[in-house]
Amino acid sequence: MQNVIESSGISKNFGTTKALNDISFSVNESEVFGFIGPDGAGKTTLFRIITTLMLPDEGEIKVLGMNCTTDYKELRKNIGYMPGRFSLYQDLTVEENLNFYATVFGTTVEENYELISDIYSHIEPFKKRLAGKLSGGMKQKLALSCALIHKPKLLVLDEPTTGVDAVSRSEFWDMLGKLRQHNITIIVSTPYMDEAMRCDKVALIQDGKILAIDAPQKIRDGFSRKLFTVKSVEKYKLINTLRKYPMTLTAYPFGDSVHVTFINDMVDNSLFDYLIKEGISDVVVQETKAGIEDRFLELMNKTE
Amino acid sequence: MKRFLGFVKKEFLHIFRDYRTLFILFGIPAAQILIFGYAVSMDIKNAGVAILDLSHDEITQKLTDKIISSGFFKRTENLLHYNDIDNVFKKGKTKAVIIFEEGFGKRLYSEGKASLSIIADGSEPNVATLVTNYTIAIVNDFTMELAVPALNNSIRIQPEVKMFYNPNLKSHFMFVPGVITLILILICALMTSVTITREKEFGTMEVLLVSPLRPIQIILGKVIPYFILSFINVLLILALSWFVFGLPVKGSIILLLAECMLYILMSLTLGILISTVSKNMQQAIFISLIGLMLPTILLSGFIFPIENMPKVYDYVSMILPPRYFIVIIKNIMIKGTGLIYIWKETLILIVMTLFFIGLSVRKFKIRLE
Repeated sequence: MQNVIESSGISKNFGTTKALNDISFSVNESEVFGFIGPDGAGKTTLFRIITTLMLPDEGEIKVLGMNCTTDYKELRKNIGYMPGRFSLYQDLTVEENLNFYATVFGTTVEENYELISDIYSHIEPFKKRLAGKLSGGMKQKLALSCALIHKPKLLVLDEPTTGVDAVSRSEFWDMLGKLRQHNITIIVSTPYMDEAMRCDKVALIQDGKILAIDAPQKIRDGFSRKLFTVKSVEKYKLINTLRKYPMTLTAYPFGDSVHVTFINDMVDNSLFDYLIKEGISDVVVQETKAGIEDRFLELMNKTE
Repeated sequence: MKRFLGFVKKEFLHIFRDYRTLFILFGIPAAQILIFGYAVSMDIKNAGVAILDLSHDEITQKLTDKIISSGFFKRTENLLHYNDIDNVFKKGKTKAVIIFEEGFGKRLYSEGKASLSIIADGSEPNVATLVTNYTIAIVNDFTMELAVPALNNSIRIQPEVKMFYNPNLKSHFMFVPGVITLILILICALMTSVTITREKEFGTMEVLLVSPLRPIQIILGKVIPYFILSFINVLLILALSWFVFGLPVKGSIILLLAECMLYILMSLTLGILISTVSKNMQQAIFISLIGLMLPTILLSGFIFPIENMPKVYDYVSMILPPRYFIVIIKNIMIKGTGLIYIWKETLILIVMTLFFIGLSVRKFKIRLE
């Protein structure tokens, strides 16, 4: 199997800030590869390097077997790119946007319609509407259609689900899953940890460094301790109290509960005694399976 | 080629969908021509004068009538004392006071000369100069009339001034070419620089860069729609100045239009150059307006003659394209000269255009920074 992206030791500086620091990874054909990390982790910079929009300061990167620096003209024909801000012309209609991107990439909407039909059919009823008047979810679908219209071998999606409602986000990932049948490799970035599970492989990225690369399941399994969820009505007070408890290793908020690890990896009565003494009596404690986010926080703490 | 046409089509859609752009393109030039043509007139019409007649005789009466009935002036007040002069100027309606000395008519007949003072409101130097000049002309005329019946045989040289090309010294002759020069460079440079920086601001440039479009295709795609529209604009301005001010094109209209096309192209490429150095729309607008409008108005010879400027400004104005175009357009429109007299200016504009195109294509970034 050919590697679609092969990156070794990429670094990029903006002045004195290191946006990317020694990034190495490889992406296989027809894979959905996710870059997960908070804002400012360097995801957008990395994607711009992959799409030949920026040059790395150090390191080498090959995309589709081509050099990003020298073969950029050929490479650009084979990439579909959807930048973080949906790059649509707000004053053109849905249809006009799509037609424009099709002609610019030397194709027609009809030619590759079956590739985008799944996505485009959702917004086709609104094809006479101006792109600026679409909802976030519809803009996202249109931007994806535009990025796909020339049947690229590699699809690069920079935070496609940011600012989009939960239902549209889920639909969007279903669509990406379907694109795999067309032999399109997809790299996607997201700040949402829960979306990681929908990728074939993910790279956790923080402060320009990759913390881990693996299948999402394996990343979860890498969690080294036993994890407990602790629930109480007063969540905020609970976190602060747990953090003061001498046997607590970490305590992070997670939804309506708190994810906690203990030095001795077990819960005993002394915890309950301590909490009651501090005035929290309604706690429910359960062992749970670590998620991507837990693993991410664990890795983050290790590097610090 | 299909790619390119698709791009041009998109640009046209942008323009026609944005009413503000259309307004700037066609509304402002028309408004400018009318404003400059009517309001900013340098001619005198019904300027207020006050008369202080200390003589009150037949001659002063006649001369006053002649001045007032000339159509250039209207009488605001008749003064009685010198002390009133300051007051009448303060009221603001009077631009000049004409004073006849005591015994004006008597002295004129007995001594052959008499004095008349013109006191003009110096707070408006242009008007003051015009008012005094017009008055002097009328007085001279009047003296001539008197001299003939008196059969004064003394030798006298009478200059007869005639304004070639513009016999009535109408200021439209100066403003219409000036406004065309100003408007074309402003609109062309502003529009192109804004559309390109807009793509940068909305992030669509990122995708255009990743697309197989070449920089020259993007640049030309931006230029062509505005080229066509600006050309229509020129026709509109010319038609307007013809119908409203009766300003004819004396020279070859074909040559004039060809020179306008060259100038439009130059301005558009200048706009592209501006867009490559500015990061957002605001910067582009700022550079286009401040960097082009003021120098064009002040230094191009549009209003103030370059010959009268200090040498430094003369050199500065040499890098301003409007300076050359104004010579070209005035020559063709008003003097009716052919290419023989303006080939140098034309050549300079061609060289500038090529220079801007070359620089824009080179400076056009194929990557983000």
